[in-house]
Amino acid sequence: MNEFVFIFRNSVSEGARPSPEQMQQLLTEWMNWMGSIAAQDKLVDRGNRLSMSEGKTVKPGNVLTDGPYTEVKEFINGYTIVKAATIDEAVALARECPILKIGGFVEVRKIVSPEDNS
Amino acid sequence: MAPIMANDDNAVNKLIPHLFRQEYAKMTAVLSRYFGWQYIDVAEDIASEAFLKATEHWLQQGIPANPSAWLYTVARNKAKDYLKRNQLFETKIKAAIKATKTTTDIEFEFNDTIIADSQLSMIFVVCDPINPAPAQICLALQILCGFSVEEIANAFLCHAETIKKRLQRARANLRTEGFQLRSLSQAEISTRLDVVLKTIYLLFNEGYFSQREKELVRKDLCSEAIRLTLLLAENNLTNIPRVHALLALLCYQSSRLNARTNDAGEAILYDDQDRDLWDPFLIEKGNYYFWKAFGSQELSTYHLEAGIAYWHTTRTGDKWPQILQLYNQLLMMEYSPVSAINRTFAFAKVYGNEQAIKEAAKLDLKENSYYHGLMGFLYTGIDAALAVTHYQQALTLTSSLVEKKVFKDKIAQLDSNVQ
Repeated sequence: MNEFVFIFRNSVSEGARPSPEQMQQLLTEWMNWMGSIAAQDKLVDRGNRLSMSEGKTVKPGNVLTDGPYTEVKEFINGYTIVKAATIDEAVALARECPILKIGGFVEVRKIVSPEDNS
Repeated sequence: MAPIMANDDNAVNKLIPHLFRQEYAKMTAVLSRYFGWQYIDVAEDIASEAFLKATEHWLQQGIPANPSAWLYTVARNKAKDYLKRNQLFETKIKAAIKATKTTTDIEFEFNDTIIADSQLSMIFVVCDPINPAPAQICLALQILCGFSVEEIANAFLCHAETIKKRLQRARANLRTEGFQLRSLSQAEISTRLDVVLKTIYLLFNEGYFSQREKELVRKDLCSEAIRLTLLLAENNLTNIPRVHALLALLCYQSSRLNARTNDAGEAILYDDQDRDLWDPFLIEKGNYYFWKAFGSQELSTYHLEAGIAYWHTTRTGDKWPQILQLYNQLLMMEYSPVSAINRTFAFAKVYGNEQAIKEAAKLDLKENSYYHGLMGFLYTGIDAALAVTHYQQALTLTSSLVEKKVFKDKIAQLDSNVQ
């Protein structure tokens, strides 16, 4: 079994903000998606959401900017860690992620183990 | 309590072991505390002798008005005699407890506080992670609940010899551990408590889902589990939220025990249960401890399971979306095949069988009878042939006669629908 990180990315849309009902719906779908992965015994770490308001970027030359989102169009929302035999299996899990329905996407990265060379 | 008539030999012989099983456990706990836990064998011998004396005496004189006090007096005297006759005290125990007293000064008090504290310590001594879970449960039944080897063998569908060996090995392990629990620090209590709660949880499950061929439930095991959890809930050292959560869970589940089997010992499924047989007292107790459990931010698997039980036991309305979310959280905290299957069932109730079948297909539980039972249920109304196939698989995979009957009935129902 290998471990894979799901990195969730989204972009700030200038358009309509989701209504409370839509937020509730999204939350329910997210929990169902995570629950489904957990039911398959493939969840390693439910991970964390990363703050939008409290973020800074530290660069060389003593440069400090506020947050990532003025620089990066698709900022990281959060991450989760799953386990799967192959990356294809991990991808199959990621395909069901609700973030895909609201303009976001999922980056799937294998966690490097001592046996790997890449 | 009126004395039972002296010529009622059989009644007295049956009454004493069952009725005073708990007194036996209390005596052993208190005596072990005085002698030191490594001398638990001595404590048990003295307790046994006290019971032997009780049996002889009460057969002739009838059971006294206060049997417990009588037993404790006898145990107290025997303990003192033992110390007098034995070098044990002078050489080992005295040094261990750094006593300046002589044998006659130890009073072997049996008051409520000492009994409760001794039992609490005993729980932690017995639920030691050095032993595998089945061994811990056996030890708990023997030492904490006063079950005989035969009674334990009965509960586990094992030979008495197997249980005897299991207990011997477990006790040997504890002896090498050193029975070191004179006083636990708060941190130690916290880590050991998880093991204790797990043991009690498994003990309850043994009673609730008994694999014993002819009986679906073993009420004794369930009530013992509740009694032990109550001990923890009523002691300042251990009355933390997840203990209350576990107690709430056990109360809710127990409230349905009478409704789960009919007079013939057959299983009655949840939807068919007579709600009048659900015990309102236990449900109310469950509610009480459930509220207590949410006094802090702590959220344990027991909180979530109690929440699910709460919805099953007290509310009839639109509970399935809530239950599904609780199962999601439960699985994210700790995976178990049973939770995964139950979650899928809840999913079916919210999103329909077809969607749930897709979810169930992702579960890798083909050797699990409950999984096939679930699939049989999900395919009912969609594909009768597949439903029957799954129920037949479930039939072969379970060893419980009661469960086999449930699956047989389902198959018969599906077959008759086809005709």
